[in-house]
Amino acid sequence: MWVKTGVKRDGAITAMHFRSLLDGGAYGSYGVASTYYTGALQTVTYHIPRYKFQGARAFTNKPPCGPKRGHGTPQPRFALEVHLDKIAEQLGLDPAELRLRHLVPPDSVTANYLRVGSIGLGDCIRKVVDGSGWKDRFRKLPFGQGVGLACSSYLTGAGLPVYWNDMPHSGVQLKCDRGGGVTVFCGSTEIGQGSDSVLAIIVAEVLGLDPFDVAVVAADTDLTPVDLGSYSSRVTLMTGNAAIQAAERARDILARYAGERLGVSAVRVRFADGRVCDAADPTRAISFAEAVQLAEAAQGTVGTMGSYTPPRSPASGRYRGAGVGPSPAYSYSAAVAEVVVEPDTGIVRVPRIWIAHDVGRCINAAAVIGQIEGSVYMGLGEALMEEMPYRANRHVVHKVPSLLEYKSPTTLEMCDVVTYIVEHPDPNGPFGAKEAGQGPLLPVMPAVANAVYDAVGVRVDEVPITPEKVLKALKRKAKGEPPRYGPTSFPAIPWPEPTYVPPPWEDVDTMATASRHR
Amino acid sequence: MLRLPSFTYRQPRSVREAVAAKTDAGADGMYVAGGTDLYPNMKRRHQEPRTVISLMGIRELTGCEMRDAGCVVGANTSLTDLAAHPAIRRKYSAVAHAAELVSTPLLRNMGTLGGNLCLDTRCNYYNQTYEWRKAIDFCMKKDGAICWVAPSSPRCWAVSSSDVAPVAVAIGAEFLLVGPGGERVVPAARLYQNDGINYLAKHPDEILVEVRLPPPDGWDAVYRKLRRRGSFDFPVLGVAAWVRWDGDVVADARIVLGGVASQPLEVPEAGAALRGEHLSDERIAAAAESAYRPAKPLDNTDFDLSWRKQMTRVYVKGALDELRNRRGR
Repeated sequence: MWVKTGVKRDGAITAMHFRSLLDGGAYGSYGVASTYYTGALQTVTYHIPRYKFQGARAFTNKPPCGPKRGHGTPQPRFALEVHLDKIAEQLGLDPAELRLRHLVPPDSVTANYLRVGSIGLGDCIRKVVDGSGWKDRFRKLPFGQGVGLACSSYLTGAGLPVYWNDMPHSGVQLKCDRGGGVTVFCGSTEIGQGSDSVLAIIVAEVLGLDPFDVAVVAADTDLTPVDLGSYSSRVTLMTGNAAIQAAERARDILARYAGERLGVSAVRVRFADGRVCDAADPTRAISFAEAVQLAEAAQGTVGTMGSYTPPRSPASGRYRGAGVGPSPAYSYSAAVAEVVVEPDTGIVRVPRIWIAHDVGRCINAAAVIGQIEGSVYMGLGEALMEEMPYRANRHVVHKVPSLLEYKSPTTLEMCDVVTYIVEHPDPNGPFGAKEAGQGPLLPVMPAVANAVYDAVGVRVDEVPITPEKVLKALKRKAKGEPPRYGPTSFPAIPWPEPTYVPPPWEDVDTMATASRHR
Repeated sequence: MLRLPSFTYRQPRSVREAVAAKTDAGADGMYVAGGTDLYPNMKRRHQEPRTVISLMGIRELTGCEMRDAGCVVGANTSLTDLAAHPAIRRKYSAVAHAAELVSTPLLRNMGTLGGNLCLDTRCNYYNQTYEWRKAIDFCMKKDGAICWVAPSSPRCWAVSSSDVAPVAVAIGAEFLLVGPGGERVVPAARLYQNDGINYLAKHPDEILVEVRLPPPDGWDAVYRKLRRRGSFDFPVLGVAAWVRWDGDVVADARIVLGGVASQPLEVPEAGAALRGEHLSDERIAAAAESAYRPAKPLDNTDFDLSWRKQMTRVYVKGALDELRNRRGR
């Protein structure tokens, strides 16, 4: 990663030039998409009026690789958030304040034509700043202790499908049976993230039922319509929207016949507590099962369908790689990490992390908090110890191909986590919901790096931030050299001619569509 | 998935029976206690015994008894029991502490004192699957002829990774070994050799039966362990520090390092730097400096080797500070 940013005295960014180079191993895999992802999401957090990105992926003699949590975004986000910390220091600004002043406005289009809907990043920053006592601690703790702040954003489902076609990204079928049971069929895959619960809760919400009364049949190609899969933080938003559509269609059918029985028009019918009632007089009601029976008697079995296709992105077709980055909605996170650094060993410990995540609308709080805490855990491992080293002199074999030697934190290394759920509903999300599965990982690594700097005044500009790197940087500092450990140069790459695309606010043709801009 | 190869399993009830079973099995036989070291190694084909002789059913190998001449601990005592034993905690806190720092609670429940003392040496060119080792060509510790961490070396540089062994050497424990030729008692320091392959001066037929800890009078010892995480990991550096007090003066001292050689490495210069002196900051620094020089970690464990070497100074100082503080109380 290489980043150069123009800023005004108040921290406002005037332009950013970002380069990334990926070590892709010997196989193509997701290479092109991953490379584009390292350039896509820098623009959706702080307003960047002009943005230039160059990315390349090198073939090397290493095993196949692929994206994991955060697909191509943890690396540039680390660079950007550490970079902003340095800018804040040079400008004499509080890094939290700097970020708060220059947030991307809601309902706007970025320089690379990503449409941002709701943005709760400001609230996220305020939550972690207040919760951590940031103002009393940042740059004020004794040597060896520090706090660091970082933010991030992630997409709620890729705007384009992995299999390019014109069909919906997610489909839901819904069946109401005459006993009052509701079954929802969907191809989405429950991998522990809670997608089944989201389907049940959403359908129950629309039909006024208890989620436990909704049966979910998922991920069975004999029974369920297609959902593209559990990746890209897309499931809650996409299957959620498809489920809402299916449930609303069922509700409309039931409302018609329930309304006839209650003697009111369908628009006056409400669904709540397993009953279907007259909105004007809720005591006038029939049971949900009766409503289904009436509908079935009148028109046959009650089954509906819903599907979801993301909106077309304003980026579409404007530049190479414009298919990567657009999303119906962006989640936002902010984290403050507290660290203790031993100056004689360089060992970094993280006692606590405060993290706030704008999930739009929290549909299953336990699942959302689980994703956030899990992200912090994974982020700690990435920040402090996890690494894929290879033996350059021994046919490039993996140096530590076992889970004993590939170090992840144990419960003893895991920090306390203070989680804040922030809800800025996005018009494109089901009930406003955005993702929580990947975004909360992203601020953890830069927050730890920035906290190490606050603690001992050295920059470790790469992960993992191992004790030997911290100690080397501390020794350089003691010798009066730049107190830093990390890459010192970016390889010379014969870049192709860049494509120039005027940002929305400079392009006359798009002035009309880019609603609120600067 | 890595699977165990097939082998014959024997469960003798006495040391005599076990030795006889081993004699029967010959070079293809191996003893096993908790199995936390041997079985994973067998899955990776580091050891390939055709007959595995379990020591876990042998009553003589259990128990922990305080005697006038010190404490006698059966080699089968689990690391969990050793760390929790009231007398060990009170009178041999360094032993209890070292046992407590081994691996994880689950592995300490199975792993034994004898097993930890005889732990196979480790190297990240060696502790790999058969296929990985084959891919780069085998090393001299198993199936090959070269030491990959030091290719011009005539010997193997696998690392002594026991936590209890440095403490046993530092406090001057003795081991009772029983073999086909009878029994013998060896000082802990004499059990270990600085060779990654022949790291034990124990005949393969001999059984480590008991560990004799010296009477707990007039001396103190501590153990410090460096590793990536607070659980699970083998030491990349262990420091066992022992002092015999004469009032506030150090009458004698031993500093023994784990994780930096193929054996627990005593640094006589570090002990000498303390002898006849108060544990002053200067003396502690001098001892730490003396311990730093002979520590020669190689690039075959976790962490960067130069950092590990630097940590010798920090950890020896930390151990001696702890001893001084305990004396001050």
